[in-house]
Amino acid sequence: MRTIALRDALREALHEEMARDDSVFVIGEDVIAHGGPYTVTQGIVDKWPDRIFETPIAEAGIVGLGVGAALAGMRPVVEIMYVDFITCAMDEVVNQAAKMRYMTGGQASVPIVIRLPCGPARLVAAQHSQIMESWFMHVPGLQVAAPSTPYDAKGLMKTAIRSPDPVAFFEYKALYVSEGEVPEEDYAIPFGQADVKREGEDATVVAIGGMVPRALEAGIALEDEGYDIEVVDPRTLAPLDMETICESVRRTGRAVVCEMDSSFAGTGAEIAAALAEQCFHDLRAPIVRVGSPHVPMPFAEELVNVTVPDVGDVSAAVRKVMA
Amino acid sequence: MTLNAELSRRIYTDMWRIRLFEEEALRQTSLGTVKGTLHTYCGEEAIAVAICAHLRDDDYVLGTHRSHGHCLAKGAPMDRMMAELFGRATGSCRAKGGSMHIADFSRNILGANGIVAGGIGPGTGTALASRIRKSDQVSVVFFGDGAAARGPFHEGLLFGSLWKLPVVYVCENNGYQQWVPRKNVAVVDSVADMAASYAIPGVSVDGQDLEAVYEAAGEAVERARRGEGPTLIEARTYRFYGHSLGDMEEYRSREEVDDWRENRDPIKLFSAWMKERQWLGDDEDEAIQAGAAAEVAKSVAYAEESPLPDPEDVLTDVLDTEWRVSA
Repeated sequence: MRTIALRDALREALHEEMARDDSVFVIGEDVIAHGGPYTVTQGIVDKWPDRIFETPIAEAGIVGLGVGAALAGMRPVVEIMYVDFITCAMDEVVNQAAKMRYMTGGQASVPIVIRLPCGPARLVAAQHSQIMESWFMHVPGLQVAAPSTPYDAKGLMKTAIRSPDPVAFFEYKALYVSEGEVPEEDYAIPFGQADVKREGEDATVVAIGGMVPRALEAGIALEDEGYDIEVVDPRTLAPLDMETICESVRRTGRAVVCEMDSSFAGTGAEIAAALAEQCFHDLRAPIVRVGSPHVPMPFAEELVNVTVPDVGDVSAAVRKVMA
Repeated sequence: MTLNAELSRRIYTDMWRIRLFEEEALRQTSLGTVKGTLHTYCGEEAIAVAICAHLRDDDYVLGTHRSHGHCLAKGAPMDRMMAELFGRATGSCRAKGGSMHIADFSRNILGANGIVAGGIGPGTGTALASRIRKSDQVSVVFFGDGAAARGPFHEGLLFGSLWKLPVVYVCENNGYQQWVPRKNVAVVDSVADMAASYAIPGVSVDGQDLEAVYEAAGEAVERARRGEGPTLIEARTYRFYGHSLGDMEEYRSREEVDDWRENRDPIKLFSAWMKERQWLGDDEDEAIQAGAAAEVAKSVAYAEESPLPDPEDVLTDVLDTEWRVSA
């Protein structure tokens, strides 16, 4: 199978869905020029000049228009240049997109995809490096996807675009150039299906988005110490496939939950709490969470390195649950 | 479309339907049958009916927290609206939305909106959908004068003008943003003047004068339908009741309210206007009012007879759980 980068897989999903369905369109800042900062929307303007809209720097307007177009039956794919900027459009995401189906007693469908490039990548500090998945998980009516591989990125993007409900689609900037096998044919990955990225017997490592490659690397490193870890990637955080996660933890009896974001009130907190409720008697050691300390993302590399969890942090957590 | 006798009578009927619906809803809150809060449209009726008279069924309307009038004028069934206020399973939103979220998607009434300026972006987005689909559907967004302070107002108008979208922005300037007079918190008197910043026509009309609103709306809707872009209409108006339930109205005098009710009531003014033209006889006037009252009474009976929501229904309508992706 051919190997392509995650950003190419996203671009391919977009092109295929735009060819498949006339109601899909793209809207965002700089999406025509260079295909956006991450080149994900490259080539669309050549094929569908009337279905790509390059906007003023006005996130509330961008998302607001997307919500309205979706209410009218279109399928907007909105690019927010950095997830940090979505705070300028939180009313549109939370009060308009997410709640509309419920508030109208099921009349409204808001099939909008909000692409949210996230996470640390190029030392761009606190306002260009957040992740924020848990903010969106906490809002009823939103679906949250966070792919870690090119294969998942393409399959989840297709599901996101076809879904009748809003999706916050997290794209880890640091993973855009990471490569992996991606089929050329059409496929969609259903939401709410975790993927076991590595099978193992001794401990379950639940890893989200950018932490997945780090957990897999830790898995290789830990082999030398005699630990055989299983890595489970939820792929979507809402809906969250606790069934697959619990099945793994029941087998291994040990759980580490890894996210790149601050662990305080984070994604891992929800997963750890659900594990404690559902698998407490299967656990042979307390659950360990891996995440950032509760600080804004700093600038200097020396500070970033001690903020963002790395392979060593995952390994240390595994040693802790194995002890 | 000119304002003839028949159309005028239809519009006049809708004004009474709105007025009596609101007064009955208020009465029901005092009986405890309608719970939650209520923002009534009494005093502002001319605006919704004059604007909606120009709209087709497939045109989009987006509203505010004060949207009962918009919904009735665009054709939402009154009985289901009353049932929604009563919190019944037969309500417009099956008792999940209430007064501030009434919607009827079958008539492209995409919802009242509890967030000030919350409908402006989405209403510009429905217009973008019309553009992409090459349909000539027009979108109308209603909002209050308070909304003109918010970012989404400015961003929405910018997008609407930039892409010449088929949208009409209707600001119902009732002079108060909740409990604060607009003059205390605004730097320009007329919201219509703000249109200049977005290079679109801005028109200020007397919102109590049905004919004036009707004419401004006709021009704006046709302009949008022709693909020439948005218009911002400011309709100067007044609300006869407080902002919402429990408003002590310490910010305005009894004399001011009485003066508007006596001399600037849009229903009285339009009735006189029609009578001058011999378009409305006293008997007809009474019949119209009685008809509206009967419809309101029927809507109350419908609401009273309707079942309460099933508690199990609380979990539905968050997402479309029936949907499955197919590759």
